[in-house]
Amino acid sequence: MLHPRLRRSLLYVPGNMPSMLQNIPIFPSDVCIIDLEDAVPRTEKDAARLLSRRFIEGYTQRNKELYVRINGLDTPYFRDDLAQILPAMPDGIRLPKCEHPSHLRRIDDLLTEFEEYLGCEIGRFKIIASVESAQGILNVNETARASERLVALGFSAEDYTANLQIDRPKTGEHLVVPRQLLLMACRAAGIQAIDTVWADASDQEGFRRECEHIKVLGFDGKSLINPRQIDVLHDVMAPKPEEIDYALQVVDAIRGAREQGTGVVSLGGKMIDAPVVARAVRVLLSAKSLGLVDTDIDERVIYGDADA
Amino acid sequence: MSKNSLGRELPETWRGRTLRPYRDPFSAQPEGPRVARPIRRVNPGDNKLLGSLREAIEASGLRDGMTIGAHHHLRNGDLVLNSVVKEIAALGLRDIGIASSSVHPVHEALIPYIRDGVISHIECGVNGQISRMVSTGQLDVPIITRTHGGRGRAMMCGDLKVDVAFVGAPTCDEYGNICASKGPSACGVVGYSHSDADYADCVIAITDNLVPYPAFPISIPQTKVDYVVKIDSLGNPAKIVSTTTRITTDPIGLQIAKYAATVIELSGLLRNGFSFQTGAGGASLAVAANVRDLMRKQAITGSFGAGGITGYFVEMLEEGLLEALFDVQSFDLKAVASVGRNPAHIEMSADMYANPFNAGCVVNRLDCVVLGAREIDVNFNVNVNTESDGTLNGNTGGHADTAAGAKLAIVVAPSIRARLPIVRDEVTTISTPGETIDAIVTERGVALNSKYQALAPDLRRRGVPVKSIIELRDEIYGITGAPRPIEFTDKIVGLVEYRDGTITDVIRQVKG
Amino acid sequence: MRINKKAQAGTMQSSDLIVFVEPADDLAIEIESTVQQQFGHLIEARVKQVLKRLSVEQCRIMVSDRGALDYAIDARVEAALRRAN
Repeated sequence: MLHPRLRRSLLYVPGNMPSMLQNIPIFPSDVCIIDLEDAVPRTEKDAARLLSRRFIEGYTQRNKELYVRINGLDTPYFRDDLAQILPAMPDGIRLPKCEHPSHLRRIDDLLTEFEEYLGCEIGRFKIIASVESAQGILNVNETARASERLVALGFSAEDYTANLQIDRPKTGEHLVVPRQLLLMACRAAGIQAIDTVWADASDQEGFRRECEHIKVLGFDGKSLINPRQIDVLHDVMAPKPEEIDYALQVVDAIRGAREQGTGVVSLGGKMIDAPVVARAVRVLLSAKSLGLVDTDIDERVIYGDADA
Repeated sequence: MSKNSLGRELPETWRGRTLRPYRDPFSAQPEGPRVARPIRRVNPGDNKLLGSLREAIEASGLRDGMTIGAHHHLRNGDLVLNSVVKEIAALGLRDIGIASSSVHPVHEALIPYIRDGVISHIECGVNGQISRMVSTGQLDVPIITRTHGGRGRAMMCGDLKVDVAFVGAPTCDEYGNICASKGPSACGVVGYSHSDADYADCVIAITDNLVPYPAFPISIPQTKVDYVVKIDSLGNPAKIVSTTTRITTDPIGLQIAKYAATVIELSGLLRNGFSFQTGAGGASLAVAANVRDLMRKQAITGSFGAGGITGYFVEMLEEGLLEALFDVQSFDLKAVASVGRNPAHIEMSADMYANPFNAGCVVNRLDCVVLGAREIDVNFNVNVNTESDGTLNGNTGGHADTAAGAKLAIVVAPSIRARLPIVRDEVTTISTPGETIDAIVTERGVALNSKYQALAPDLRRRGVPVKSIIELRDEIYGITGAPRPIEFTDKIVGLVEYRDGTITDVIRQVKG
Repeated sequence: MRINKKAQAGTMQSSDLIVFVEPADDLAIEIESTVQQQFGHLIEARVKQVLKRLSVEQCRIMVSDRGALDYAIDARVEAALRRAN
C-alpha cells in the first residue's frame, strides 16, 4: 500500500477554545486534531462537542486533514463524541488508549454504523490510533493490522511513561524500544508511524533534537501541542537537495514509462519498485510544501489510471 | 465641504484654519525661509538654574493663549507634562495649547485643566481617556494629530508655534546640557525634543538628575537651553522603558512574520547595505528576527536600522549585521544602555528622521519598513489613529513618514481581531495613504500594491498565499460578516495632518 | 424545547462568549458585546436562529460576547439551552 499523504505534523487543538479552533485553517500543519479528550474537562464535554461540530461544519474550504480525538473507549463519552462529530464530516478519528486490536475493531464497527446512517461511503472515516501503555506496545503488531481504516499509529510517551512508573527523562532513552516496536509494526502493516508530543513548548532546542532523532528512526510525523513547533518539525523533515533531485528523476522516469505505455519503470538501469515510488512522492510533496520545488504530483501519472 | 484625493470630505476651514486637502505624498512644495527664534545673549556668570518649575514658567514669559511643547520619551511613565500643567494652572494662566509629540494615558490627569479652560487645544496624537472623551463629546478640546516628521515640519514652517518648550531631561547640568542616556529616568534619546529646542522661544530643561558641569553625552546642548529646573522625579522608570521588548509567541503573529520576511527576502532589497525599520510590536519584532536569521544565513551586512530602537536592533548592531542605528526613541533598557556607549548607535532628531521639508531625511534612505495597522482598506489606506468603535486613540507617529520614505513599506496585521475585520471596505480614519503602502501581510495572505505585483509568482512558489486585496477582504468578511459602519455626528473634533501639512482625514464625534 | 432551569455555557476568553439562560414566560434576549456597534445585529440574528431551530419560545437569554464568530455563538447558545432543558 502506498502513502502519498504527507503527515509530518499533527497539531492538537483544544476542542473547547474558539480562539484556537478558528485558526485551524491557517496553521501550516499537515493535520489538525481537534481534541475532545485531555484538553476538555469532564463538565465541558457537551459544549466542546457542539463547538467543534459547528466549527467543522463551517470549515468547508479544507486545506489540511482534520481529525478529532474522541474520548477513550473506557469512558462514557466516546459514543456521544462520535454522534455529534461525525455528521460534520471530519477526515477521521484519533482514538486514544488503543492498547488492543479489539479496540480498533470496535471503533471500526461503530464508524461503519455511522457511515451507513449518514449515507456516506464505507471506510470514509479514517483512524489514527494512539498506543499509550506497555501492554499496547506489546500488542502493537496485531493492532497495526486490525482495521482497514487505520492510516497511522501514534505513540503517547506521557501515558506510557506513567505506565512504566518512571519520570520522563527528556533524553528519551526509555522510549527506544517502544518507538522501534511501533515503527516496525507500522512498516510491516504498511501504515504510517507518528511520534509522541514534546510537552515543553518553551524548549524549542530540545524539541528540534527530538525531531532529528525521530527522523533518523524513520517516523513519518509527530504529534504537536503548540503551533510554534510546526515550522521546526518541517524544517527538520525537509528533504535534502539530492533526495529531491533523485525523486524528480524517479517521477520523470515514471512519466516516460507511462507515455511509452510500458508498465516497467527503470532509472539508470535499475528497476523502480513501489516503495521507491512512494518515497519519491513523499519527498516531492514535502519539498513542495516547503516551496523547494514547484512540481505538482499528478496521481494518474504516478499510479496510472484507476483501472490500469 | 470638499474632498481630498483619498475621497475624504473636509471642510474648507476648521477653527479658523484653512485646510489644505491631501493630494499625493510628494508634490506639496514648501515656500520661504524657516522660522526663527529670538536671539539671546548669556554672559559669563549668568545663572540658568532656577529654583522651581513656577519660577521657570514665570521667567519664560508664558502668557494666556500660548502653546507649550513637550515630548513623550518617558511614555506612560511621564510626570513632566502633568507637573508643568499643574503649575501653569496654579499661576492662573488659561487657554494654553499642548504640543507634545504624543499624549499618553498617564496624562488623563490633565482632564480637569481641559474642563477649566487652562488647556484649550492639543496639537498631537492622543492615547487614552482624553481622546475617548473628546470622541464621544464628553470633553471639548480640538486635537490635531501629526506625524513625527510632520511635527518637525510644522515647527520649521511656523504652522506650529511652540512658545515655551519643557524638555524632560534624564540628566542635565546647570548650564543646560541634556543627556538622555543616564540617570534614574534615562530614556536613551530625546529625538522628538530637538525641534522644540531649535524653534521654541524659550526652552526649559527639567531634570531629576542634576550633575556637575558638563553632562554628557549631550543630546541637546547648552546653546539651546534657557533655563534648568530640578524636580524630584521625571516619572516612573518602570513605565518609561520596557525591561525587554519581546517577540510575539502568538502563532498568528509568527505566521504573519514568516510571510513578511519572505516578501522582504524576495524583494531584491535584502543585500549588503540593506536598511530596515520595524515597530516594537511583537509581530514586527518577529519579522525582525526572521530577517536577522536571513541576514546571518546569507552573510548580509545591513547599513542601518532606524526609528524607535529595541534591544533586538541593538543585538543586530553588536553582531555586525547592521553598521549603525538611528534612534529617535529608545524602547527598552538594552537600547538605552547601548546609545550611551556605542558611537554607532546614533541619536536622531525627529527632523532628521522624517521631516519632508529639510535637505533630506533618514526615512528617504530606508529600504524597508514594517508597520502595524488598526484597519486597512481596499485601497491600502491604513488607520492607526482611531479604534474600531470610532474613537480617537493614537498617534500617527512615524507611520506615514516611513511609508512614504521606504522603498518597501509592509503593513503587518492579523486579518481579524475578535471578529473585527482588519481589511475592510473603508477605514474609519486615513492615517497613511494607500499609495505609500506596498504590501499588506496577514496570516490569511499577502496583498501586493501595484509597485510589487511582479513578486507574486515567486511568493506563491515559496508557499506564501498572494491574494488581491479584494479577495482578502471577501475572505475575511466571509468569516466575520460585513461590519455595520460606525455612526458619527457632523462635529469635527480633530484633524489628521499628513507630514506635508495637508489633511488626510478629519475625526468626527461618535454618535450616541 | 422547554427551559426548565438556569444554565450557562461558554467562557470570557477572546473570540468566545458566555450565554446565560433561565426560564421565563416570554422570550427576552439581552446582548452585550465588545463589537456591539459593528456586529450586534448579526449576533442577535444568530441567537434568534438557534432559538427557532430548537423551538425555544419562552426563556430569558443573556449573551456576553467577546468577538465570537457565528459558529461559536451557535454552539454556545445551543449548549446553554440544552443544559437548561
